[in-house]
Amino acid sequence: MTARVCVKSLVPPGHVRTPTYLRGKVGTIERALGAFPNPEDLAYGQPASAKHLLRVRFRMVDIWGAAAENPDDTLDAEIYEHWLEPITQDTGDAP
Amino acid sequence: MIDFSDTARRWHDMGGDAAGPVPTDQHDFALWEKRVDALMIIGSAKGYFTVDGLRRVLEDMGEAAFEEMTYYERWIAAVNQNLIEGGAYTTAELAEKMAEVSARGATYGDAAKPT
Repeated sequence: MTARVCVKSLVPPGHVRTPTYLRGKVGTIERALGAFPNPEDLAYGQPASAKHLLRVRFRMVDIWGAAAENPDDTLDAEIYEHWLEPITQDTGDAP
Repeated sequence: MIDFSDTARRWHDMGGDAAGPVPTDQHDFALWEKRVDALMIIGSAKGYFTVDGLRRVLEDMGEAAFEEMTYYERWIAAVNQNLIEGGAYTTAELAEKMAEVSARGATYGDAAKPT
């Protein structure tokens, strides 16, 4: 399975940890890592609900475009599921 | 490519910026820096804060703090604010203790002496 996801470009106030260089970029889910307390709540000492954390793999060319030194190299980032959105038009190989 | 004029991009979000040369030299840590690290671990273990709480304070300090303060100076400020927010001590108690420590003398050795 190579579920594709897009990092949400939305930048709400608070402790959302997706970096600018990945916002709006598309990657594939490399693996699910389990559920952990939401850092947006932990950052303010509030009770935190568990959120699913995913390891997402990006191709360098998809992040840096023509500036990528090695376009086919990949970068893994661990991102909470609610900071991502599924790519719905590409679900032909979904289970 | 990244739009670096993005006004929603906060100062600490540096990924992709030109970084310049990376210093590779090793350095020793001062005793006070090790104590900051220890205090961070103790405060976290006792449940006063999480790494997210520390990061939130660091990020809210703004770019000037990143330029003007050292790594452990920023960390002790973040640990201190989280300990106050978590109820470990009050600002009045902190002020009293700081006055007590500075009255011991001007040097680190003086301040470290037990009273």
